[in-house]
Amino acid sequence: MGVRYIGAEVQRMEDPRLITGHGRYVDDIVFGDMLHAAFLRSSQAHAKIRSIDTSKASALSGVKKVFTLADLGPNYERRMNQLYPAPVIEQNKTQYPLAKDEVCYVGEAIAVVVADSRAIAEDALALIVVDYETLQAVIDVRTALEDGAQLAHSDATSNLMGKMRSKFGDIEDAFSKADHVFSAGFMQHRGGCHSMETRGVIARDDPWGDGLTLWTSAQSAYLIRRALANWLGEPEERVRVIAPDVGGGFGPKAGFYPEEIVIPLVARIMECPVKWIEDRQEHFISTTTQRDQYWNLEVACKSDGKILGLKGKVTHENGAYIPYGILLPNSSLTPLPGAYSIPAIDVGLDIVFTNTVPNSPVRGAGRPCGIYAVERMVQLVSRRLGIDPAVVRRRNFVRPEQMPYETGAKLRGGDPVIYDSGDYEALLDKALELSDYDSFKVRQSEARKEGRYLGIGISSCIEDTGMGPYEGTTVRVEASGKIVVKTGAASQGQGHHTMISMIVAENLGVTPEDIIFESADTGKFPHGIGAIGSRIAANVAPSAFDAASKVRAKALKLAAEILETAEADLDIEAGIVRVNGAPDVSISLGELAIKLTPPSSTRVPIGFDPILEATSFDGSSGSPIASGTNVAEVEVDTGTGEVKILRYSVAHDCGVMINPMIVHGQIVGGVVHGIGNALFERMIYDDQGQPLTMNYGEYLLPLASEMPRIDVTHIETPSPLNSLGVKGAGEGGTIPAAAAIIAAIENALEEFSVEVDYYPVDPQYLTSLIEAGVTG
Amino acid sequence: MPDYRNIKVVVNGVEHELDVETRTSLGDFLRQEIELTGTHLGCEHGVCGACTVLLDGEAVRSCLMLAVQANGHEITTVEGLAEEDGSLHPLQEAFWKHHGLQCGFCTPGMLTSLTAYLGENPEPNERDIREAISGNICRCTGYQSIVDAALDAAKKMRGE
Ligand code: FES
Ligand code: FES
Repeated sequence: MGVRYIGAEVQRMEDPRLITGHGRYVDDIVFGDMLHAAFLRSSQAHAKIRSIDTSKASALSGVKKVFTLADLGPNYERRMNQLYPAPVIEQNKTQYPLAKDEVCYVGEAIAVVVADSRAIAEDALALIVVDYETLQAVIDVRTALEDGAQLAHSDATSNLMGKMRSKFGDIEDAFSKADHVFSAGFMQHRGGCHSMETRGVIARDDPWGDGLTLWTSAQSAYLIRRALANWLGEPEERVRVIAPDVGGGFGPKAGFYPEEIVIPLVARIMECPVKWIEDRQEHFISTTTQRDQYWNLEVACKSDGKILGLKGKVTHENGAYIPYGILLPNSSLTPLPGAYSIPAIDVGLDIVFTNTVPNSPVRGAGRPCGIYAVERMVQLVSRRLGIDPAVVRRRNFVRPEQMPYETGAKLRGGDPVIYDSGDYEALLDKALELSDYDSFKVRQSEARKEGRYLGIGISSCIEDTGMGPYEGTTVRVEASGKIVVKTGAASQGQGHHTMISMIVAENLGVTPEDIIFESADTGKFPHGIGAIGSRIAANVAPSAFDAASKVRAKALKLAAEILETAEADLDIEAGIVRVNGAPDVSISLGELAIKLTPPSSTRVPIGFDPILEATSFDGSSGSPIASGTNVAEVEVDTGTGEVKILRYSVAHDCGVMINPMIVHGQIVGGVVHGIGNALFERMIYDDQGQPLTMNYGEYLLPLASEMPRIDVTHIETPSPLNSLGVKGAGEGGTIPAAAAIIAAIENALEEFSVEVDYYPVDPQYLTSLIEAGVTG
Repeated sequence: MPDYRNIKVVVNGVEHELDVETRTSLGDFLRQEIELTGTHLGCEHGVCGACTVLLDGEAVRSCLMLAVQANGHEITTVEGLAEEDGSLHPLQEAFWKHHGLQCGFCTPGMLTSLTAYLGENPEPNERDIREAISGNICRCTGYQSIVDAALDAAKKMRGE
């Protein structure tokens, strides 16, 4: 075996380009004859469109054409397809690529202007006149299902999109045997995407040549190819989708958007490339978000804190359309019962239409919500019974000897949820140690003497990562000795190029610098799914390992014949196959590649296929379950309601770490996203459906000055579900964060009996709770 | 009718003289006219800092300035931070070493902002760095690795 890369902190291959300003994001791509598009978006949350007058806009100098739905062509006055059909969806509402006669959220695209420049296209938007007939908007999910409620879609039978339920064990029995039953209601809100790069699309159609090509800032190039080809009724092979450098994704870039239909169609009609770059204001109103969920839960427990059952109801805000099936609500329920062995669960969930931007997963999808709910109830048990929250957790954890542990819950496809491996109590111990939990009471009482309020909060989680069914890698040695590695997996900053190169390099006896890496281009690798749900390490990495192993085996077999020795006596180092003990007897991988791609009227070595190449789709045979415990220590200013995070400790287990530096970055970045959810990020609508938070003065993102240093430690419990023992790491920081912080806030404010019933916890809300506690 | 003005600017040491539309922002000008796409536009309302460039050595937001306002000034963008022979600026080295970037979209603005900051504050502590980049949003890293990179670069730049 050559140099070991797996487990090393290899500096990223991506970075030299990116730190010198040579990244290639969608907006950096320019074609000489390219036109620019801007969308007119609905200013109304719910309205009928009586007419659209584009004449003035069309007449503006520099405007090439203005399109409404009808202008796209008679074949295209159709709604978009459902990407993830599911029986749960009772009313399948998808949008038209451009609104037809009704708009259902502020931001819904109505028309598109194509012009010589973006600035001119925007000028023209102001000249389009839309005659609206305003309809009542549905905004509050809590009243949207009442009899006689206004409808979010005028042709709907109700505002209910569908119902789901996670039910297992004997819930009646659990509640009848309980010493205590406690209940809680809370709202969870998770904000929007806010990748620093907004969305953007360039389309070029070359009907007699390459066909239709799309450059798009997206997480799932293949899903877009299929959805677009399908909707157009054209072969997938004639549609190529490329995700170049993408400036962050976080979930909302994993779908298929109206602009990804409209821009290709207008490029086709205009017979030249067309570019559209979302501006930040559009991002707030047209990129999917993840907003409100109202939870009402009851927990049944014994006097020692052992939890017997959990039941209740969730109301989930869907937004106006269903861009993404039921992935988001579904992933809110499947994490129940979290890291705990809870024998019975019965939680129902109603999915409700509102006149707001459609919802889709944001980092973690529903998992942060499901975990928050469980952690909240564990916290409640601890508080009501006066048992330390760490102790309640210990009494309820799924234990290592119970693995593989079937929770009773079902995945979307009906398969059981199985925890494959992990040691949740060990993670708790590590996190407590890292946070000096045992001495917290001293810190707290010292601070209290100075009039400061400190609190500590724990949150434990599991995360189903690496969902299947496949992802693949091709490894090919070319004549130059360079190794071409291709995969479908798109990257939005996770360092896939580095991670996959490390695996191939180690296995093949080359250096990561020898690798030419290509990804997220449907023209270069036949199929893939994309970067969602922390799935790349657990799916692509094993396939890269396997493909490299196959290439290695083929190279060694051929080298053994040529060097007249046994394969077992060979090793590959720095791209050269050498005979052990006789290092001068050697052949390079490049030479072997040439032997397998010989010129005409020669022969491929007998017993070999041409090309020193292999493709593998070896992934994970189920979802590897990552896990973690976070501990937050906060100080609350009882006068202003300001929350300062003093310390934040993470113990995480994502199995074998391929590049610990990258994992560390994912965890820290993920935690900060979770802190944003807990304390800052809120997309607010008024009761008419007008968005009120439309810039970064109104919608608050976590800033460096407010973030604590985050201490991270790991344990590595290898997953038995794939060849490398890896689990996903992309969302494990985010999932438990809100629960840890909010538990810490409550702990700090115990003397005011503060119980937080929604997040983000803003200072105003917190001071109102404190005041109620004082007068209370 | 579009209004054009002739301007002269030096960008990364290279002089440019051209007619620009008066309403063109400095950011759009650098990206579209000078074809230096390293400068990124994240919010176009002055909050995210991705578009930060150095104007006569001072950090400015190129989305909040018009190209015509840069007339007669020297601009450094992220493309101009490395030495001419390609050797990286200590901040670039440190960002690479400390995993100070993920998607890389905020990175040009982080690098330019910190270049200006460290120029004036060679001995910052962690809190100083956090304040210095509090006007630069990064959605990916959680800032910690950026802070570590900046502290390390400051050390190197002090010759330690
Ligand atoms: S783009 Fe200039 S500050 Fe955000
Ligand atoms: S690295 Fe992605 S926004 Fe900072």
